Amino acid sequence: MYVAVKGGEAAILATHDLIAEERRGDPALPELSVNQISEQMQLACARVMNEGSLYDKSLAALALKQCQGDGVEAAFLLRAYRTTLPRFGSSLPVDTAQMAIRRRVSAAFKDLPGGQVLGPTYDYTHRLFDFALMAEGGTPSAPVAELPLDAAMPRVPDILGAEGLMEDERPDALDRTPFDLTRDPVEFPADRDVRLQALARGDEGFLLGLAYSVQRGFGGNHPFAGEIRMGEVSVHFIPEELGFAIDLGDITVTECQMINQFQGSKDIPPQFTRGYGFAFGHNERKAMAMAIVDRSLKARDLGEAAHYPAQQEEFVLYHADNVEASGFVEHLKLPHYVDFQGELELLRKIRAEQAALAQQNEAAE
Amino acid sequence: MLDTPLTDMNSLRPRWMAVLARSTQDDLKHYFDQNGGLPDHHIMKAAETGTVMVEGRAGGTGQRFNTGEATVTRCVVRLGSHMGFSYALGRDKNHALYAAILDALLQDPAHHHAVMVAVIKPLQERQAQVRLERSRKAATTKVEFFTLVRGDG
Repeated sequence: MYVAVKGGEAAILATHDLIAEERRGDPALPELSVNQISEQMQLACARVMNEGSLYDKSLAALALKQCQGDGVEAAFLLRAYRTTLPRFGSSLPVDTAQMAIRRRVSAAFKDLPGGQVLGPTYDYTHRLFDFALMAEGGTPSAPVAELPLDAAMPRVPDILGAEGLMEDERPDALDRTPFDLTRDPVEFPADRDVRLQALARGDEGFLLGLAYSVQRGFGGNHPFAGEIRMGEVSVHFIPEELGFAIDLGDITVTECQMINQFQGSKDIPPQFTRGYGFAFGHNERKAMAMAIVDRSLKARDLGEAAHYPAQQEEFVLYHADNVEASGFVEHLKLPHYVDFQGELELLRKIRAEQAALAQQNEAAE
Repeated sequence: MLDTPLTDMNSLRPRWMAVLARSTQDDLKHYFDQNGGLPDHHIMKAAETGTVMVEGRAGGTGQRFNTGEATVTRCVVRLGSHMGFSYALGRDKNHALYAAILDALLQDPAHHHAVMVAVIKPLQERQAQVRLERSRKAATTKVEFFTLVRGDG
């Protein structure tokens, strides 16, 4: 028998009021503004923009405010909002060689043209608390050099590529429009454009764990950070009505080029192979993890055995999306009363049958 | 940019549009406040927010892929015989309207020079200044390597 149950409207409405009060915290303290979040929690906003797959700093900040800093919930808000917007089209591919660099380091080449630029980073901090931040009021100011950075900051793989020791990254003759997993279902085997899009919007923690597994031996790559660069790139778009490319403004991005040793195969001479990471905002951990996983997912293309999770595209692509993953895991919170009732009755029935059988056997002895 | 003959205006257009795209609503409103408000205009496409899918290339140079979308707001107006367009990152609809009107004014030889001097040139200089300052700050973090000489050689 199936009995439809209705109810809970009043309780649900009350949760909205209760969560609003919880969100506000102690009313004696000043409320956070969205601008404060977008300026002072920039790295959290960057993560939300990546996993929400929408570049909009103030919306990312609003999302974080609305869900009390829950990054996955914030990404979900951004994804949901995106579906309400029309898409005007696709940009021209951004040119990271033209980036207005604010940070650029290579762990492979010491003396590269343009130099090693540390930029704003926590890498060289001692990870000791700065209790001065508990008191408010300071306005730090960074020193300003007399001259800016070199105008030309070539990407490291482009420099080494000239020698022919580096896997070439070149579009095919058609340079075709990339697959869009927000519009079409993913099929396997998945091409590089599909994989990169999925990784770019994938969960940072999941990709970090996979990248770590590769480094620890579950994947067999030894990556070098060929280059990590962060700064602003302009986004160019050709509106149909105008017919020429216009510059929509700048976005902050992080790019990572991983370099890996490769023994070669019967078709490919020994060379360095590459993995690519790209993230909105300043997000090096994500870009590096993505680059390592991008390379490990090339296993099929390079004729390598794919024994490990990070080399299996179906495993990686189906499980990297934290909005989908949390939807499926957390849906278990929703009422499953009928399912459960069914299982409960089945168990009772089996037990009753077993008990009856045991009684029969006893009686027979 | 300012001294370019008007016949070259079309080639300048992407550049002034880029400057307008990087401006704020307040930057542009200032001009209209100083010049008797918004000029008469017809809205051809009301300011609307949508997205543009931002493409990248694998390795920076290879196969194209979709990195994610960005919010973009557009607006199209007509001033006399000139169609003014604005497409810019973000969700500011007033900004889109002001930028579209200025784009139309800039195509009009009667207003081109005045708008270039009053709006585009100062914004362009300020934007270049911000970029330069960021680069100069980053330059203080550029590593200078020293070669250490050990022992007696």
